[in-house]
Amino acid sequence: MMNPENYLILAALLFAIGSVGVLTRRNALVAFMCVELMLNACNLALVAGSHIHGALDGQVAAFFVMVVAAAEVVVGLAIIVMIYRTRRSTSVDDANLLKL
Amino acid sequence: MSSILMPVLEMAAPTLEWRALAPVLLVFAAACVGILLEAVLPRAYRFLGQMTLVFATALVSIGFLVINWRGQYGGRLAMGSIMLDGPTYFMWASLLVFGTLAFMVFSERQLNGGATTFAASAASVPGSLDEADATAARYEHTEVFPLGLFALGGMMVFLASSDLIVMFVALEVFSLPLYLLSGMARRRRLLSQEAALKYFLLGAFSSGFFLFGIAMLYVFSGSLDLAAIHTAIEGNAGSNGLVMIGLAFIAIGLLFKVGVVPFHSWTPDVYMGAPTPVTGFMAIATKLAAVGATMRVFYVALDGERWSWQPLFAVLAVLTMVVGIIGALTQSDIKRLLAYSSIAHAGFILVALVGATQTVAAGEGTSASAIMFYLAAYGFATIGAFALVTMVRNAAGEENNIDGWSGVAAKNPWVAGLMSLFMLSFAGIPLTGGFIGKWAVFTAAWRGGYGWLVIVAVLASLVAVYFYLRLIVVMFGRKEAKGVYVGNASAWTWIPVVVGAVATVWMGLVPDQVMQLATFAGGFLR
Repeated sequence: MMNPENYLILAALLFAIGSVGVLTRRNALVAFMCVELMLNACNLALVAGSHIHGALDGQVAAFFVMVVAAAEVVVGLAIIVMIYRTRRSTSVDDANLLKL
Repeated sequence: MSSILMPVLEMAAPTLEWRALAPVLLVFAAACVGILLEAVLPRAYRFLGQMTLVFATALVSIGFLVINWRGQYGGRLAMGSIMLDGPTYFMWASLLVFGTLAFMVFSERQLNGGATTFAASAASVPGSLDEADATAARYEHTEVFPLGLFALGGMMVFLASSDLIVMFVALEVFSLPLYLLSGMARRRRLLSQEAALKYFLLGAFSSGFFLFGIAMLYVFSGSLDLAAIHTAIEGNAGSNGLVMIGLAFIAIGLLFKVGVVPFHSWTPDVYMGAPTPVTGFMAIATKLAAVGATMRVFYVALDGERWSWQPLFAVLAVLTMVVGIIGALTQSDIKRLLAYSSIAHAGFILVALVGATQTVAAGEGTSASAIMFYLAAYGFATIGAFALVTMVRNAAGEENNIDGWSGVAAKNPWVAGLMSLFMLSFAGIPLTGGFIGKWAVFTAAWRGGYGWLVIVAVLASLVAVYFYLRLIVVMFGRKEAKGVYVGNASAWTWIPVVVGAVATVWMGLVPDQVMQLATFAGGFLR
């Protein structure tokens, strides 16, 4: 059995990749996918914690997170599609009307 | 085969305390019924049906809340996932009152030629034939009421949850409807859609951080329960990396919703782009719920680490006040001005939060009671101010440019006078609720041993007076702007304004009752 702490390190790495992706990618869809990666990294950490403590709360929590992530996809895609239909672009750089 | 089907653990059927949870359950039930009404009712009756449902629910919920509070129902409810203590009662009551007032502004149709401030069809492309058809057919989105109720219910659970996963789910339940509502403005739809996109991407990003913080605290303590996390931290000698990461990431997620610098950048854009009634609702309800949840997490679960987070929050409080005030000084749009003002207010709230006074001494309240009073005073002024913003109009819709507000006093002295009252309350001038609120939060921070922070905050609030007074001078002192008129609003806008004004003056002149209520409700249960 692998040391469960390795899973935590993997989760942290995935989370870091996701957050760097949100900050650097220009396409709203890709940025959103990176957010999903962050949520899944959290799931991995929760499940690893569940294994470390021999309790089930973390695994149940991961299910809740999956459902929440699915709900977030519904709302997020609706907003991104709305933006795309208006501007023919999903680049977050083009969404720059609101300033000062 | 049979071994796979064997139950891993005995699942007990959950028990719910129906009566104690009635205020929040009713709100969620009404939101679900509201969705059904959309499917069942003919278009002509939907608006009336939804409004009846919303306001009846709000009244019954408030009724249940008052009866339960008098009957002292409380404690850990719903299998230990909801904590019904004093702060929960006080903030549930505030949320229900502010939510009701905000939904009244949602219902305003007289200002806009018989249409709400929401797009006729949010799915249609701005400027397209679809949009023109939908407008000509006088379609309207009555879904805003169930969306608002879902947001309200989510906020109520958010600040009451004593379990981190419940808190995370509630965070999303109240955020997702708000993302949608932000994108539904009738006028300036491109701005509105952009606000929705920014709010959504940044909000989802911050909730990712919140969740990672939860996961780290879970890995450390083996529990998602706030009290159990507290016990685990108390039992652990020295500092632990997992706790530090968890603390920092949870703080990011919560402070983003409060609008604290450096997580504030969404605030001005979203406040400006969202339909004004929604902005009014977000400005107070989101802030109240997020501050409530921040207090609960940091006072109940992470109290043992207060030496780690207090200095951090003190620095953030100073930054927030400074950035909020400097930002507000340079704004030319009234909704952005109010957004930066709300950032500055988040800073003042954080001052009391840092003080973290939790013992009741000589009739004085805790930090929590000071913050709750502050939020109540700020909330009445905010609801009223944003309702007034919808009234000053030009040919294209609302006149949000501050120059356009020149000489509003000559056009309608009531609008200018009441707006000035709310500005004075924001500025913390004596005889308004804002002054008593500032007094309370500064006292709480002083008693908590953060005297230097109080001095910074007092200086900051002196500077802040300038931009509030500037709007008053513009309204009373300048020549009338051309092409701007004060709309003839119906009672749906005037009731929140008048209630806000009366409450602001009342809390300034005789604050005792609300203050006693807040003091009485000032202690978090673990």
